[in-house]
Amino acid sequence: MGVERRQGGHDSGAGREGGGARIGSRLGAWMSLAVIGFLYAVPLVWGFLVSLKTPGQASAPGLGVLPRFEGEGGDPSLFSVAYWSRFFEQAASNYRDVWTSPIADFPLYLRNSLLVAVLSVLGTLVSSSIVAYGFSRLQWRGRDAVFTLVLATMMVPQAVVIAPSYLIFRELGWIGTFAPLWAPAWFSGASSVFMLRQFFLTIPRELDEAARIDGCSHVGVFVRVILPLSRPALAAVGLFQFVASWNDFLGPLVFLNHQEQYTLQLGLANYYAQHGGTPWNLVMAFSTLVIVPVLLLFLLTRRLFVEGVATQGLKE
Amino acid sequence: MKRSPFLVALPWIMPWIIGFVAFLAAPIVMSLWYSLNDYSLLEPAAFVGLDNYKELAGDPLFWRVTRNTLLYGLVSSGLSVMLSLLIAAMLETRVRGAALVRAIVFIPTLVPAVSGAVSWLWLYNPRFGLINSALSTLGVDGPDWLGSTAWAMPSLVVMGLWVIGSSVLVYSAALQDVPRTLYESASIDGVGRLGRFRHVTLPMVSPAILFNGVMSLIWSLQLFAPPHLMTRGGPEETTYTYSMYVYNNAFIYGRMGYASALAWLQILVTLALTLIVLAVGRKFVYYRAA
Repeated sequence: MGVERRQGGHDSGAGREGGGARIGSRLGAWMSLAVIGFLYAVPLVWGFLVSLKTPGQASAPGLGVLPRFEGEGGDPSLFSVAYWSRFFEQAASNYRDVWTSPIADFPLYLRNSLLVAVLSVLGTLVSSSIVAYGFSRLQWRGRDAVFTLVLATMMVPQAVVIAPSYLIFRELGWIGTFAPLWAPAWFSGASSVFMLRQFFLTIPRELDEAARIDGCSHVGVFVRVILPLSRPALAAVGLFQFVASWNDFLGPLVFLNHQEQYTLQLGLANYYAQHGGTPWNLVMAFSTLVIVPVLLLFLLTRRLFVEGVATQGLKE
Repeated sequence: MKRSPFLVALPWIMPWIIGFVAFLAAPIVMSLWYSLNDYSLLEPAAFVGLDNYKELAGDPLFWRVTRNTLLYGLVSSGLSVMLSLLIAAMLETRVRGAALVRAIVFIPTLVPAVSGAVSWLWLYNPRFGLINSALSTLGVDGPDWLGSTAWAMPSLVVMGLWVIGSSVLVYSAALQDVPRTLYESASIDGVGRLGRFRHVTLPMVSPAILFNGVMSLIWSLQLFAPPHLMTRGGPEETTYTYSMYVYNNAFIYGRMGYASALAWLQILVTLALTLIVLAVGRKFVYYRAA
């Protein structure tokens, strides 16, 4: 519900000071925002810059932004071809070292991460949309009370139930397999059900009533009317689930046993720990590779993300 | 014969029911049972009654991690609620580039915990980290942030404030929902800028403040990955958090029974705190008649 109303308010704020005579305060706001943007960007941007450097420079004090290379002819100038060819050579070599590292099988971890994330996304889309239909299109006694329980489970943090979950997965014989990481998604997730239900409620009821009169069952309405109209919401739910699975660290840490099963998150944690003397440029290159897929998804689908998060806060 | 509405709905919500029972309710009940047992995962559980809970009361490390976690939770959620409201309010000025800053502030919420930890480890590195490098150009000799008993916990708090993008978005949505006419009539009545913030903005966004406060408290009380990866709870257990203690007991020390007792307390305390915050918050919260 909040989404539509927010659209209408998009032009507010700017004119709030009435007439906009306060150039000084706008300059102040602009400068504070610039500082905030800078501070929030630094950790990632700097990590990326370190991933381009030589091992020596990556663990040396200093505020140098770009890599430096000491050759026979001294440090090549920033505007020389020699500098940029060294630059790309070093960057490529760092990333190649990560990809082919003998202590971390990056391509295998990537495959494992993708497997878990894709299975979780599929499961969430299928199960949560079915459940959301039951909470939005069907009338039954106790529905709102049960839905409140769904919302309450949204508040339960993973770390609080990780040890208890281990007990059940052990009973099921799932420890040391990927199942604990993706199977629960096939039984719907609270926040996905919530987001889809909110969206389904915005679809005019006349559409399913027309279909019902034409002889459609609930399954027919769901498959032919609701799902096709819900593509944006399904995309948002899929994205959130992908990011959650991709980024999960505690789950793989607790439920997996063997290094061949590591996801990228475990792989990175292990890579960093094994390095001890840590060539920071390689650790940062690994870390950058882990972040980039999520970041690309975000940049390509920013609206979906932003509206999804904002909706979660407006549930009353 | 017409089936009852509930029976029609049942197959639709069945996936949720199964998931709820199998992956939430059952584990919680099982861990209640195991909390009454001595259980190493390798040998069969042996019933010991309330021994695990009695042991908790006399376990100095338990009190230590509880204190650390509450301290982190209160400080970090308090600061995060204020900082994210401040940032959201500044973004509402819609100066040039505000959309970019909004995206930049949101991005850390998408960054996996391990990558975040690695980046901040490097920033905090005492010898060559960016923070101490920057300080040394000012002639200040920066401390060993994560290695000092005084600075390790504040360093984790600061790092936590890097990940407030979602609450900024929630505030933004709430701020945009405030009817402009309220500001206009307040201006006409001669209410100044701060007064309008205090008497119009704050009450109108109070549901969002409550929501963000509760969420951020719950999340900060389960802090695990950053200290697990960055400090291992050190130095001298100053960053040892409750979730780490549960994890270590369950999976490192092989004391699943004790860990279950710890987990049960954590579930209860989280629940109680949520209810307290909701109850206290309700007094100050203005819900628009919907």
